[in-house]
Amino acid sequence: MSLLTIEGVWKNFHGHSVLRGIDLEVHPHEVVSLIGASGSGKSTLLRCVNLLETVDDGAIFLDGEEITDPRVNVDDVRKRLGIVFQSFNLFPHMTVLDNITLAPRQVHKAARAEAEEQAHDLLARFGLADKARAYPDQLSGGQQQRVAIIRALATQPRLMLLDEVTSALDPELVTEVLGIIRELKESGMTMILTTHEMGFCREISDTVCFLDSGVLLEKGPAEKIFTDPEQARTREFLRSVLETRRL
Amino acid sequence: MNESARATSGEWVKSERQLERERVRRSRARRSASIATGSTIVFIVLVVWVVTNSPGWPRVQEKFFDPGEFAKALPDVLSGFLLNIKIFLIAEPLILVVGLLVALARGIRTPAFFPIRALATIYTDIFRGVPTILVIYLIGFGLPALELQGIPSDLATLGIIALTLSYGGYVAEVFRSGIESIHPSQFAAARSLGLSHAKTMRFVVLPQATRRVVPPLLNDFVSLQKDTALVATIGPLEALRQAQIHTASTFNYTPYLAAALLFILLTIPMARFTDHLAARTRRRRGA
Repeated sequence: MSLLTIEGVWKNFHGHSVLRGIDLEVHPHEVVSLIGASGSGKSTLLRCVNLLETVDDGAIFLDGEEITDPRVNVDDVRKRLGIVFQSFNLFPHMTVLDNITLAPRQVHKAARAEAEEQAHDLLARFGLADKARAYPDQLSGGQQQRVAIIRALATQPRLMLLDEVTSALDPELVTEVLGIIRELKESGMTMILTTHEMGFCREISDTVCFLDSGVLLEKGPAEKIFTDPEQARTREFLRSVLETRRL
Repeated sequence: MNESARATSGEWVKSERQLERERVRRSRARRSASIATGSTIVFIVLVVWVVTNSPGWPRVQEKFFDPGEFAKALPDVLSGFLLNIKIFLIAEPLILVVGLLVALARGIRTPAFFPIRALATIYTDIFRGVPTILVIYLIGFGLPALELQGIPSDLATLGIIALTLSYGGYVAEVFRSGIESIHPSQFAAARSLGLSHAKTMRFVVLPQATRRVVPPLLNDFVSLQKDTALVATIGPLEALRQAQIHTASTFNYTPYLAAALLFILLTIPMARFTDHLAARTRRRRGA
C-alpha cells in the first residue's frame, strides 16, 4: 500500500490555478523528487501535503486516511510528517537542543532527558555534536539547515517533505546538507523533495516528477527522466537547467 | 468528468468530493457560530444574574443607574465632552511631532549634537517617569505662577501642554523602537547609494518604521482620549468635571456613568480601527 496518495489535487490563488489536478503515489522508503520551473507548483504541492494550504479539490491520503477531510485534526496529521523549509525557520531564541526537543517534549510528550538524549544522538550522527548549546545565528547556513532537518527528524515522521532545502545555501555548504539527505535515504526514510540540484536529484530519487504550470506532466524513474524524457517540455526544461549549470 | 480529464481540458469543475467537503465546512462553520452565540448568551445571563442578585444591587441601581439623572446630566456632560475631544484633537498632532523629533534626536550620532541627544534622553526619562496627573498639576499650577510674559493662562491650554509633554515621552519611545526594528541592512543599502543620514531616515527608515508602529501608536491615542479627563483636576469644565458638579448637587453617581459611556463611544471605534490595521498587516505578511 502506498504511504501517501495524492488524487486530483487542485489549488487556486486569486483566481489562478497553481495546481491543476495532481495525481501522485508515494510508497514506503521511496524518494520522490519534484522538479520544474519556479511557479510550477512544486512548493505548493508540499505545503498542501503538510496542510499548510487547504486544497480546493481532490484529496490526499496518508496511510489510507484522507487528511484533506475538514473533520481531520491537522495537528494529528502533522505529527506524522516532517517538513524542512528553504529558509531553515529555526527558532532564533532557542538553542539548537531546544529547537530539536521542542516538538518531542511538547507534542509527543517525551521526557526532557529522553528527548535530549535522542537529540544528542542525532546531532552526533550528523556531525553537529558540539553545537547543541549554540544559538541558530551562531551557525553557518549549512549547519542551520542540518539542524532544521534534525528538528524535523526528531519526531520520527512517517514522511519527510524537503522544500528546496539547499537553495538558500552557498555552493560549498550544499554538499553537507545533501550528505544528510543521502543518509536519510539509506536509513529508509520516505521523502518528497523539491530541488534545483539536478545531479543530486538524479542520484537520490527513485521517482522524478516534472511539474509544468501546475500539471504533473511527466513521472518516471530518475534515469528515464534524465536520459530519455517523453515530453518536449521536460527535455526543454532539463536542457535549460543543465546549460545554466555549465556557464 | 474524472480528475485527469479535467486536468488536460484545463478547466476546473468542482468534483463531488469537493462539494461534499464544502458542505461539511459550512455545517461546521454554522455549528461554531451557534456555539459562540450560545456561550455568549450564557455568559451575559450569568453576569447580569450575579450583579442583579447582589445584596447591594437596589442601592447601586438607584445611585448609578437613574434614568432621570442620566437625562438631566447628559447635556452638560456632553458639552463638557466636546472640550475633551478638542483637547485630544489638538494634543495628538503635537504629541506626534514631539515624539518623532525626540526619537530622531536620540538617534543622532554626531558628536557636536551630543547636548541635543542628552536632552532628548533626559526628557523621555523624566516625562515617562512622572505620573501624568502630576505633570498636569505641575504645569497647570506651576507654569502660570512663574508670571512670565506669554505663558497661557487658559486651563485647557495648560492641560494640552501637560498631556503633550507626558505622552510625547511615550510616543518618542514607540517611534524609536520602530526605527530600531528596521534591519541595519536597509540603512546600509541607503547609505551605500550616497544618501545622507537625514535622507536615509526620511526616505528609507522612517516610512518603514512608521508603518510598523501604527498599532502601538493608536493604542497610545486610545489611552490619551481617556486621559483628557485628567485635565479635570486643574479645573476646566470637561466631561468628568461636569459630571462631578452634577453629582455634588444630587449625590447621585449616574452622571459619571454618562461620562464613562461617552468615553467608551469615542474609544471603541479607535480600538476597532487598530484591530483592523493589525489584521491587515497580518494578512499581508501571510500572503
